[in-house]
Amino acid sequence: MTFTYTGAPRPSIEDVSIDISRGEFVVVTGPSGCGKTTVCRCLNGLIPNFYSGDFSGELFVDDMNVKEHTTAEMAAHVGLVFQNPDNQLFSLSVERDVAFGPENMGLQRDETRKRVDWALDVTGMTALKDKPPYELSGGQQQRAAIAAVLAMQPKVIVLDEPTSFLDPKSALEILEVISNLNKRIGITIILVEHRLDIVSKHANRVIVMDDGKIVLDGAPRNVYGEQARLIGIGLPRVTTLFNLLRKDGLQFPRTPTTVDEAAQELRRMLSR
Amino acid sequence: MIETQGLKFAYPGSSEVLRGIDLTINDGEFVAIMGENGAGKTTLVKTFNGLLQPTAGRVTVDGVDTRESSVARLSRDVGLVFQNPDHQLFSETVREELAFSLRNFGYGEDTIGRRVTTILETLDLSRYAESSPFILSGGERKRVALAAVLVWNPKHIILDEPTIGQDYQQKDRLRNFIIQLNAQGKTVVIITHDVEFVAECRPRIILLSKGLVIGDRPADDLLSDGPLLERGSLTRPQIGELMNQLRDFGLPDRAIDVYSAEQAILEALGRKR
Repeated sequence: MTFTYTGAPRPSIEDVSIDISRGEFVVVTGPSGCGKTTVCRCLNGLIPNFYSGDFSGELFVDDMNVKEHTTAEMAAHVGLVFQNPDNQLFSLSVERDVAFGPENMGLQRDETRKRVDWALDVTGMTALKDKPPYELSGGQQQRAAIAAVLAMQPKVIVLDEPTSFLDPKSALEILEVISNLNKRIGITIILVEHRLDIVSKHANRVIVMDDGKIVLDGAPRNVYGEQARLIGIGLPRVTTLFNLLRKDGLQFPRTPTTVDEAAQELRRMLSR
Repeated sequence: MIETQGLKFAYPGSSEVLRGIDLTINDGEFVAIMGENGAGKTTLVKTFNGLLQPTAGRVTVDGVDTRESSVARLSRDVGLVFQNPDHQLFSETVREELAFSLRNFGYGEDTIGRRVTTILETLDLSRYAESSPFILSGGERKRVALAAVLVWNPKHIILDEPTIGQDYQQKDRLRNFIIQLNAQGKTVVIITHDVEFVAECRPRIILLSKGLVIGDRPADDLLSDGPLLERGSLTRPQIGELMNQLRDFGLPDRAIDVYSAEQAILEALGRKR
């Protein structure tokens, strides 16, 4: 895919090819302006249907050519969650917000009911379903936004920095919710995030973009190397710590990417 | 110096957002205000430049009660950069955006041109000088909003969530920039949820919860206090979490950044040999 926004001097993404399998948890990262948000907008057809510009290439979701379907049709297949839940909630109760999608898909009442209850349950929002969104905390609002997307039962959910407005505790809780959708229900997750510290333990794959192109793509362990550092990616702190320790002459078989791996390695070194 | 005494604030018809806050922020200090969503952080800093007036108690800036001044007057000394840049930006080009306030303050065009060029360079925005702020990415728009305040050189600078949407290198630049502002004697107050950024900058942390100050301590001290972190909806920074898991091996949980952790680990291994 290549896309140039109307009025922009050059493409925001250039010749991007990705193949994501069902059930993957993919983190997309890269410096500001690298094109990662643009890729997200392509995934559910916002580009080229909503943002004007010059699009070339093809994108298929479950064999559906995104170009040949409306954004509304794609919403049932690819759900999108933004940074700020404020932009996504508009009803007078959480339940109404969550029911909005299924109702607009023209589903039967029973089916809508079932999906709404399920989506509220999975996101831990059942007890708060009658509250107006503006009375909720930021973390609860983001859960409600995820529930609203989930009720359309998409196979893929794309999240663009979904925790950056949240306090650290709420952020971790939201990431647990997302991880559960992936592990328990098998929803494919595509998560755009700068903060690799908090997302690495959930991801099976990390895609690094730079200057509109994909430059690294693989398991976190294989991606978090010197090249990623040079592009300006903020490696997880534990990975950076172990890179320093290696330079200090310490030896260990593999470089950790999560706190648990790092703790295990240090325990081994310190109890020898 | 920014000082609050018994500061309370309630929006009309709502319960109190600030429930009695006593704080002194000295000139040249670097302070991070942290706490859960809805704790009152943004409300608090809006009282610093008179955007909001206390419903009880008082706020003084450099000895002047904010009630006896105006937002226009206070803003020259207290530069507030909002969380959402779109609430702040309105000009056709980035250069115009930066020149706007300087014109209002009555500076000559020569000075305006010079100041704008310098600040564009400092914040890595020169290449966007003639672009519309609205074609820029979220992170870039945030830097424009910051530049638009810094350009008039306020004495106290308040940044609401400056790291959201910023990548690693920009955070690094922001950190250096804050150090530089502090070195010039400017007060820098940031509101942030970013424990990693705070662990690396080591400001004084003021922790708010439900409209009250529940902690006011240096970063390494506060970010290693498990029960307080829990109350304040904070988490340990990643390195602090790692050190905490290894306390039994004598590693200090106050080591919250990679360099202090590296030293602590080397010492622990050295002791064994």
